[in-house]
Amino acid sequence: MRKRSDKTLGESLRDHGLSRRGFLKLCATTASLMALPPSMAPAIAAALEQARRPSVIWLSFQECTGCTESLTRAHAPTLEDLILDFISLDYHHTLQAASGEAAEAARLQAMEENRGQYLVIVDGSIPGPDANPGFSTVAGHSNYSILMETVEHAAAVIAVGTCAAFGGLPQANPNPTGAMSVMDLVRDKPVINVPGCPPIPMVITGVIAHYLIFGRLPELDSYGRPLAFYGQSIHDRCYRRPFYDKGLFAESFDDEGAKLGWCLYRLGCKGPTTYNACATMKWNDGTSWPVEAGHPCLGCSEPRFWDAGGFYEPVSVPLTLGPTTLLGAGAAGAVVGGGLAALSRKKGRDAAATRQPVTVDELEQKL
Amino acid sequence: MSGSMEFLLWTKGPVFDVALAIFAIGLLARLVEIFMLGRAPNYAEPRAREWPAGLRTMLTRTVADPGTFKRAPFNVVVGWIWHIGFLTALLFFVPHVELIQGVLGFAWPALPNPLVDFATAVTILALIATLVHRLTHPVKRHISTVEDYLVWAVVFMVVLTGYLAYHRLVEPYPLALGMHILSAEILLIILPFTKLTHIFTAFIARWYNGAAFGRKGVQS
Amino acid sequence: MSELTLERGLAAFRAEIDAPTAAFFSSCVHCGLCAQACPFYLETGDPKYTPILKLEPLRRVWENEFTLWGRIKGLLGLQKKVTDEMLAEWEELVYDSCSLCGRCSVVCPVGNDLYAMIRKTREGMVQSGHAPEGLISASVRAITTGSPMGLQWKTLAVQIQHVESSSGLTVPVDREGAEYLVLLSSMEIINFPEYLEAITKIFDHAGISWTLSTQCFEATNAGIQIGNKDIAAELVERVVAAAETLRVSKVISPECGHAYTAIRWEGPNLIGRPYPFRVFHIIEVLDELRAAGRIKTEGKEDDRLSLHDPCNLARKSGVIQQQRNLMALVAENFVDLKEHGKYQWCCGAGGGVSSNERAEELKMAAFKRKKAQIEEVAPERMVTMCATCRTQLEEGLEAFNMEIPVVGLTEMIAEHLVERD
Repeated sequence: MRKRSDKTLGESLRDHGLSRRGFLKLCATTASLMALPPSMAPAIAAALEQARRPSVIWLSFQECTGCTESLTRAHAPTLEDLILDFISLDYHHTLQAASGEAAEAARLQAMEENRGQYLVIVDGSIPGPDANPGFSTVAGHSNYSILMETVEHAAAVIAVGTCAAFGGLPQANPNPTGAMSVMDLVRDKPVINVPGCPPIPMVITGVIAHYLIFGRLPELDSYGRPLAFYGQSIHDRCYRRPFYDKGLFAESFDDEGAKLGWCLYRLGCKGPTTYNACATMKWNDGTSWPVEAGHPCLGCSEPRFWDAGGFYEPVSVPLTLGPTTLLGAGAAGAVVGGGLAALSRKKGRDAAATRQPVTVDELEQKL
Repeated sequence: MSGSMEFLLWTKGPVFDVALAIFAIGLLARLVEIFMLGRAPNYAEPRAREWPAGLRTMLTRTVADPGTFKRAPFNVVVGWIWHIGFLTALLFFVPHVELIQGVLGFAWPALPNPLVDFATAVTILALIATLVHRLTHPVKRHISTVEDYLVWAVVFMVVLTGYLAYHRLVEPYPLALGMHILSAEILLIILPFTKLTHIFTAFIARWYNGAAFGRKGVQS
Repeated sequence: MSELTLERGLAAFRAEIDAPTAAFFSSCVHCGLCAQACPFYLETGDPKYTPILKLEPLRRVWENEFTLWGRIKGLLGLQKKVTDEMLAEWEELVYDSCSLCGRCSVVCPVGNDLYAMIRKTREGMVQSGHAPEGLISASVRAITTGSPMGLQWKTLAVQIQHVESSSGLTVPVDREGAEYLVLLSSMEIINFPEYLEAITKIFDHAGISWTLSTQCFEATNAGIQIGNKDIAAELVERVVAAAETLRVSKVISPECGHAYTAIRWEGPNLIGRPYPFRVFHIIEVLDELRAAGRIKTEGKEDDRLSLHDPCNLARKSGVIQQQRNLMALVAENFVDLKEHGKYQWCCGAGGGVSSNERAEELKMAAFKRKKAQIEEVAPERMVTMCATCRTQLEEGLEAFNMEIPVVGLTEMIAEHLVERD
């Protein structure tokens, strides 16, 4: 049985060889990451110094593990590594050493020992209460029951990845597993959504850091996403925006416009309707991001992005209707109109047949 | 529906299907209703053939005769401006060209965004001018009905929401875009049941006019 | 005894709605430009005279009974019906303030043929008993006596005698196998008897074989003015019968506007069959003779002359160049009104307005449009080719103290004929 460390976060970091200077630099980085003024760095330092490493229980449901992969992409000691030291990750399918009964026991113990104070992180979607529980189980228990049991005494829940935040890929048409999102199911606890397929690594860690430092949720948008990372659309921060504004578009992959780096709207870019930090923070430690690599944005941090029109259909194209349906409706209209017109024509013919001509006598009556 | 994205997808999905279906059914019904009435045969000796005369009028009636222009320059000019502006935005804005391509299977080259943006701004101002004109000119005020103002409002909303969405003046963007798409869908739905049918029937009317006058030797 | 009723009126409206009518009502966007082409609106400033509004009864029947939306409205109880009160109110709009000049039809941006629809609306007005007294009297007289003014052949016979003794020529009557049957208008016979003498001289000069008919001499058609196809058809049948009896190949309509429209364009459709003869306006015939070199003239009028194109002849029938060719023969100082030919302005008296005593004030108001046109050009005399227009011009110019005499074109041509041996 593993005992939770009694060291403060500051002590723990120093144990890892982080100098005071390095620690302050870390706090400054955290401040700028959260779009906070540099003057907040000392406050962050003070808070982190004294922070107790909170217990974090990471629940993985109908997911591809891409969110964990994203989080752990690190090429050097980076914020990601340190985050894993900020927290006491007491349960994580991929990263934990334990397995089987021992792992489940560790989860239950962490929940008991940190009652009311532990953080729950969820990735993957959950088959809802009315769905067949057999679609996804751990140790014979359904995802749904594990989720509800675990969040009952949690302090807050962070839904990482579009699957947990909005239902993601499993929820895509026809949603065979009855997949639902965390916020659909968890109503009485604070929920932060960190969507993306996967989310940018530093976005995940930045949100966790904010929660640890300030002990509360960051400012969220109407979808429960932190405004610091999801407050701007890709379109508004895209470096190719001048081309959109000038009306210069790539028409097909690898054409002249594509090679010149023109806007990818006509190739299906969902940048206009997508809110994420890809255009500014980019991926792989700021190496690049889809649009820069010449591929239109998929809109992966938005609800129902799998069913939001083809990835290569522009934003303005409707989801289903095509020429055939239009023709069908037209034919129906012709039939309706034809029927009505035939009735009118018959009425007209009957009227003509029964027509009474005007006579002089009738006219004279009106004098 | 819980959020702006769901709203947008609702307008792009089921509402679009319904709107286009109502539009197609209503319009076809109106066209059939017109054509099936036919014309009585004309036994009078013609001076010229109907078809060329009718076709000419379909085009030439677009330009006001000098006398009318002299008497109603505001009406004629503003009418031209907002129609051209509206059609420019509708038919030559890249997202719309893509939309048409998606629905019909073919389209055409688009115009640069700044041009379309300018045309749209001008259209909005021209539309406001037409409303003021309709409310103040004695003839228009006298003959206008609730339908005239309703149609104006729907058309105006389409252009305005499009402008607001393009400039991202309403947040979040999916809400702005959804409002624009919904406005356009409302326009499609009311089209076959209001004076908006003129978009299609004016050319038919002009043909009949040109044909009737042409038959008598007058190019109308 | 049968009587005219609202039901019959509605049935008549219904029968008039064809594809063009449906297309027109479908397309009207309430732009109001038709009012800018209507002298009755322009010279009174009263928007109730807007042409499209005059058609409201017909439009309601169309919407209520011939459209999907109208039917849906019916199910929801939202239809606006046509009532007897409405038709009574609309009588002024359909008759007093419309000369069927057709200018609205050529300016409407969406292509509505408004005057044709007013003509259709009159069918319903008559069948429901809502037509002006003057037109009803004219129709009754035309049917019962053969002339809307009650003119009889014996009066015409006296005139014929005058013409023969004055000119030394014979006026042919009931000559079988003649090429042309000539029709006259009662208004002309009474007010402008010089017309008969003029054509007698011209036809003799040109060697034309022509005749009058005692069976039928009246060209005008009160049925067309009031807008009832039954009256109109009967009157046309009389002309056709006379033409067939005399086996003529051509019929000439006199210097009149609506008579030409009646016999040339509406006639065959009223009787439901093509004519066994061709129809011309006297001006068409004269121009053809001119072009064939069969009219030799000498001398020209040297005063400043301008021309009023009758609507039925110019805008509604395309007879525009012919009168100008003829003017060139006999006038050296001719100037056209600014808007002439297809876009000329109505004198205000056609379409039955001048037969409608109640409309006198409106008619004179509408004339102001013509007056403005004439003032712009300041001619010394006006020439025209329609007795109604001529009367209106004379009365109107006099009412406004403008000393501009009005003459008929045929008469002017006759005055310049070279004497043949």
